Amino acid sequence: MGKIAKYTRRGFLGLGIAAAGGLAVGYYYYKKPYPNPLPDTLAEGDFSFTPYVIIGSDNAITIITPRAEMGQGIHTTLAALVAEELDVDMDQISAEHGPAAAAYYNSAMLREGAPFAFFDEGFVAEIARGALGVAGKFLALQVTGGSSASIDAFDKMREAGATARAVLVEVAAQRWGVSAESLTTARAEVVNPNGERLTYGALAADAATLTLPKPPALKDPSEWRILGKSQPRVEMREKITGAPIYGIDVQLPNMLYATVAMSPRFGAKAKHADEAAAMAVAGVLNVVEIATNTGHGFGIIASNTWAAFEGARALAPEWEAASYPEDTAGLKVLWAEALDRESSFTLGGEGDPEAAMQGAEVIEARYSLPYLAHTTMEPMNATAQFVDGKLTLWLGSQAPGLAAMVTADLLGIETDDVEVITTSLGGGFGRRVEADVPLYAAAIAAQTGGKPVKVTWSREEDIQHDTYRPMAEARLKAILKNGLPEALDYRVAAPSINKSLFGRTFPNLSAAGPDRSILDGSFDQPFSWPHSRFAAHQVDTDIPVGFWRSVGNSINGFVHESFLDELAFAGGKDPLEMRLAMMQDERHAPAREALKAVAEMAGWGQALPEGVGQGIAHTLSFGTWVAEVVQVDMRGGTVKLEKIWAAADPGMILDPGNFEAQITSGIIYGLSAAIGQEISFADGRVVQENFYDYDALRMAGVPPIEVALLENSPRMGGAGEPGTPPIAAALGNAIFAASGKRQRSLPFGNEIDFDID
Amino acid sequence: MKLQVNGQTHQVEAPDDMPLLWVLRDLLDIKGPKFGCGVGACGACTVLVDGIPTRTCITAAADVVGEITTIEGLPSGERLHKVQEAWMRHEVPQCGYCQSGQILAAVALLEEIPQPTDEDIDAVMTNLCRCGTYPRLRAAIHEAAGMEG
Repeated sequence: MGKIAKYTRRGFLGLGIAAAGGLAVGYYYYKKPYPNPLPDTLAEGDFSFTPYVIIGSDNAITIITPRAEMGQGIHTTLAALVAEELDVDMDQISAEHGPAAAAYYNSAMLREGAPFAFFDEGFVAEIARGALGVAGKFLALQVTGGSSASIDAFDKMREAGATARAVLVEVAAQRWGVSAESLTTARAEVVNPNGERLTYGALAADAATLTLPKPPALKDPSEWRILGKSQPRVEMREKITGAPIYGIDVQLPNMLYATVAMSPRFGAKAKHADEAAAMAVAGVLNVVEIATNTGHGFGIIASNTWAAFEGARALAPEWEAASYPEDTAGLKVLWAEALDRESSFTLGGEGDPEAAMQGAEVIEARYSLPYLAHTTMEPMNATAQFVDGKLTLWLGSQAPGLAAMVTADLLGIETDDVEVITTSLGGGFGRRVEADVPLYAAAIAAQTGGKPVKVTWSREEDIQHDTYRPMAEARLKAILKNGLPEALDYRVAAPSINKSLFGRTFPNLSAAGPDRSILDGSFDQPFSWPHSRFAAHQVDTDIPVGFWRSVGNSINGFVHESFLDELAFAGGKDPLEMRLAMMQDERHAPAREALKAVAEMAGWGQALPEGVGQGIAHTLSFGTWVAEVVQVDMRGGTVKLEKIWAAADPGMILDPGNFEAQITSGIIYGLSAAIGQEISFADGRVVQENFYDYDALRMAGVPPIEVALLENSPRMGGAGEPGTPPIAAALGNAIFAASGKRQRSLPFGNEIDFDID
Repeated sequence: MKLQVNGQTHQVEAPDDMPLLWVLRDLLDIKGPKFGCGVGACGACTVLVDGIPTRTCITAAADVVGEITTIEGLPSGERLHKVQEAWMRHEVPQCGYCQSGQILAAVALLEEIPQPTDEDIDAVMTNLCRCGTYPRLRAAIHEAAGMEG
């Protein structure tokens, strides 16, 4: 049964094998953070030295990679960090997600949530980042998001490998009666200069009783054998042989199947539903009501998924009215009103743009961005079993700890009585952080008499019940001086993701402080303005908004970088040269280097035929500096994408092949949205239903993409998201260069035809 | 109804209009074909029926005549199909969810056109991938075209 069966070998994922002993000691306990969750659950003959490494007496080495594998290659990178210091090769290890546990909290993700620019090394900024790291620990956020997994793991995982290696060497030294310093290690063996060898497995039992007096030293990067080189994906074979590794593939004895029909008017309840018609569908076993913080509706339980879908159709519920304007035009009125009011808060900025603009010729523009859905390839699903007051969830989750918390609350049990078994994710993009999927599965599992139930959403349910990228409207004003930008007044209206998330997830708590995601990708960019002001005009409704790949950066990346292009043309400057002129601060050096690199790759500035154009954009997000150039050919009357170039700088690249794949992936994800994606509202509900009206690029629409990897930045940045923010602006700027038509409203496909088939 | 899947005959009790996808996944526990859209728009559910790529979420199982090949039936014993080998070498999958369907669509393409051009690939490879693995997917198809099968 593939990977799901493999879990039972180790037993710690709770599929019923009794756990035997095993000890956890070493540097890990020396630091006294959270308890190691592994020893309670180890199989006979397995030993755990840190929460990240298990060594079997048979020399089988398992590395716990406690972040969600959703395609970004994180299990491979996390395993490589441990393997490097442990001195084992990648073909000797297996990687498993491990349990939901406090020991696996993610401190890096919250750190970049502080309201300071990434390159701001000031005392206050550093204190704020540090304090949020501590908060991450207390909240025990085992979250995969914010492109933070590698950054968070960089020290933790290497220390885990080094600690395990050090105790194994110490035991070997004692057995041979030699000094530890005289021994070397390679391929999971300790080697004596006299030629004798001992496998790690033969040493594991004794090593597990040792305590290290001090943390072992880590290798200098010049000594790395694995890190910095492209590694084959640890899960590659499973993914090319169709192995049942995803949540939707879970198969359990006596399992029932179900789907949900939730209110498409967010916050509204059902007025009526035809339960008799649903029950009349062959295979439908029961219809249950679902009432949670994230939504109201029904669960349809059946003997197979298709019967459940048919039952949901027959149920044909009618819903109460929505609390918000019923169509997109009505919603836009609210956004415009928010822009007319005083701002909710400002971030960054300098000087006095209002005074500077007095009497000057002001350039104005308005930008408009729609709601967006995530549409992961694997539709939302979860499997749940509720027996004797204990809940087990099989879930592809970016936040298993959160899933345990909210489902425990729903069922009135302790969080410790929820076990989350994290499967592979068929795409995440921020959608699989959310609590709704496990909540509905738990609500249904409470009504199956203890039988496990797999709850699969239809694609229509998925698109119409997402946590959307916020709709946003921006109003910008600027003036030039000697052709260069002098003052900027940047205003954006959008809902707060934090407020929406807290409201549906922790209704008893309120989100504290300004939600910087509304302005991410604007105030924190590496440009010097003599005068600037960045203002958020918060406008909240019951329409749920969430983390969409790169979050606020994809919104403001488009607005900010498109408007800079406008200013360049207004001032008669080349868009690249104007940006470089605004990036003279030493801290902006990685941005300059990325822009120059991408310009050289693209042959920026060369003469192009009439109707062909290049556009450039740069966004710093999640600590990674990404410059992109798009070239379009509009001579045929439609937009044909000819080529895309990107230069990306995350400071340090642990796996170049994977990093390139992530940047490319981020570009295509953003390109699909820029060309054709829009979630709109009518009758209080989302209009779009499926891939026929909410599509994404296919093979034929994607041009060649060339990515250069740079390592100039002083600190490590993320991989999964930073490719997305600049692409819409680079494309819009290219269309302007080719046609003179400025693109201020997404998706561009509403106004212009693209040659993508 | 009787279904021939990966060389085995299965006798299945299912309603006539039940899509092949759900017969395979929920009744026969063959999980390679994935559910993606239910309307034949994404191709995640692709299998081969007598070598022809077929979107099983909109194909009634009762209407299927012929030998069904899912990703599970593609390797010969332990030996992977050359398309799978090329996928491994190019590290094509990211989340991997669409790849069973992509691989089967590529197998069918190479049967029909052993040395496809980029235009051939664009015309035939219409399955959706939300991770955007298209550039590597294209490179892997070209490589598989040059391999001994």
